[in-house]
Amino acid sequence: MLYRENGQFKTSYAADQQIFPIAQDRWAIVGLLVFAFIGIPLLVDEYLLRAILIPFLILSLAALGVNILVGFCGQITLGAGAFMAVGAYAAYNFHIRIEGLPLLLSLLLGGLTAAAVGIVFGIPSLRVRGLYLAVATLAAQFFTDWVFLRVPWFTDNASSGSVSVSNLQVLGWPIAAPVDKYLFCLGWLTVFALLAKNMTRSAIGRQWMAIRDMDVAAEVIGIRPLFAKLSAFAVSSFFVGTAGALWGFIHLASWEPAAFSVDRSFQLLFMVIIGGLGSIMGSFFGAAFIVILPIALNQFLPAIGGLFGITISTAGISHAELIIFGALIIFFLIKEPHGIARLWSTGKEKLRLWPFPH
Amino acid sequence: MGFFLETLIGGLMAGMLYSLVALGFVLIFKASGVFNFAQGAMVLFAALAMARFAVWIPAWLGLDSPFLANTIAFLAAGALMFVVAWLVERLVLRHLVNQEGATLLMATLGIAYVLEGVGTSIFGSDVYKIDIGMPKDPVMILEGSFEGGLLINKEDFVAALIAAVLVALLALFFQKTVTGRALRAVADDHQAAQSIGIPLNRIWVIVWCVAGVVALVAGVIWGSKLGVQFSLATVALRGLPVVILGGLTSIPGAIIGGLIIGVGEKLSEVYLGPMIGGGIEIWFAYQLALVFLLFRPQGLFGEKIIDRV
Repeated sequence: MLYRENGQFKTSYAADQQIFPIAQDRWAIVGLLVFAFIGIPLLVDEYLLRAILIPFLILSLAALGVNILVGFCGQITLGAGAFMAVGAYAAYNFHIRIEGLPLLLSLLLGGLTAAAVGIVFGIPSLRVRGLYLAVATLAAQFFTDWVFLRVPWFTDNASSGSVSVSNLQVLGWPIAAPVDKYLFCLGWLTVFALLAKNMTRSAIGRQWMAIRDMDVAAEVIGIRPLFAKLSAFAVSSFFVGTAGALWGFIHLASWEPAAFSVDRSFQLLFMVIIGGLGSIMGSFFGAAFIVILPIALNQFLPAIGGLFGITISTAGISHAELIIFGALIIFFLIKEPHGIARLWSTGKEKLRLWPFPH
Repeated sequence: MGFFLETLIGGLMAGMLYSLVALGFVLIFKASGVFNFAQGAMVLFAALAMARFAVWIPAWLGLDSPFLANTIAFLAAGALMFVVAWLVERLVLRHLVNQEGATLLMATLGIAYVLEGVGTSIFGSDVYKIDIGMPKDPVMILEGSFEGGLLINKEDFVAALIAAVLVALLALFFQKTVTGRALRAVADDHQAAQSIGIPLNRIWVIVWCVAGVVALVAGVIWGSKLGVQFSLATVALRGLPVVILGGLTSIPGAIIGGLIIGVGEKLSEVYLGPMIGGGIEIWFAYQLALVFLLFRPQGLFGEKIIDRV
């Protein structure tokens, strides 16, 4: 009754091709953005911003990047953490080595460097695919782990191996308080999510999807696999790289290579699979799920244990967290292999028919 | 020359251990098309079970012979791996038939988390020792032929021997028994195998069980070498380049790939390492596998990939 497109007539091609063809969707997204930009900074305390919202925004951006490669182009990658690391360290080097380079520019340059590295490590995808490729991308992961640990030039010869940045500002706006950091990440994410959405709706996105669905057939109808695959690697690595730079600069402020280990890569792949492969919306769902779940478990397990009169030790909690996390992942994969995004669209379909389903 | 040979032999022996881990991957992939990331967690879980049973069971039964204690612990850990295999099939694989490779891979990562969590909460998360009486001292051989002779680590030698025996046993099991034949049939073609009456579900339990036993042997050997600790789970990551180098579907590939990676790692560490900084072992293995893949995308012995539109 409330949510259907009846009576919403389109009179131009532009109106027909807009991202959200249903007016209610448009209002909802505008409302969400207004709430995110104005409501949340007013309502939410610092802890929530620091522990949940900022990591959620940055990891959403990374998950978007991984989703472009895995969900839209069908190239499984286990090396996303590596490109986060490349983005972070490249941005760091631009930041400290070029005096007076604006922060935005060094973040973007970090992303571009990650894109270049992504193209190099994407080359094997032209020869191998599927699980072989997944393992091949691990090469990128272990290589960058080693490079940033062992080559002192990249860390500006820091003796401890960890690097740090401070006094960040954009056009005179200091990014120091959690609220500023949150708004900066949110603005960045909004721009790039829009970019990703439009890219996947345009010619290049369709090429990626054709390659994903069957690369030989795509080649036959005139799509160049070299361009399509490498562009997916480049765009994906750019997104993941800027996310890595944000993670280092904004979230951590001081980091070492362990922040971008192979666990991070697995985590990002979890996000896109649980969220939904080939769905921009799904990346956000997945990131929210993976960011919030461990924190929620950490908070609620002692309370639940207390309910039954059991006190759980800290070690016990971390073990239980692992078990529940693993079990939930398996449960989700069995119950909804297409991810939360599929649940979302089923829900919307139901809502369109409500309250008269026949 | 002597030093080169020593490195070479050390590499071959380390390679044998990599093959052992890789074998677990290949067995499961062949029979069910699942790329089993939980193999590392299975190694850790089995080794933890073995290490703790070897302490608990003698204390409970009042035994004092270490040989008997180790044997019983080994059997008990093997039984535990059977239970794990059965649960995995019952609770996970059965519900994920016909899903995509990536989904199955994620599911095994979930299994890995659960196994790590369950293992450490039952058996504790300290560093344990497995003592199966492996000889520790190095010996010199061929002192006549080379100046200084070759220094061989006896422990590595015994481990390589055990691995070789296990591989031979597996080959016999696959080639000569009815179950082995059924396993090979399933590996060739799921549907055809099912249509002649081979129960797929039971085959999956068996194959996970075999992979569990392989994990147990690998866990015992690695555990007695390095101590049983959480980092044992990362042994799987060392086994991955071996698998793609040898081909995901080939048992001989896992062995030869293991030897190549073992030798490549050791030689690169010794001869290349000083030039560009140490610790290159782990990524060098991956780069080596990548270079091989560029020329043979299906690995050395994998089935040829044929594209049909």
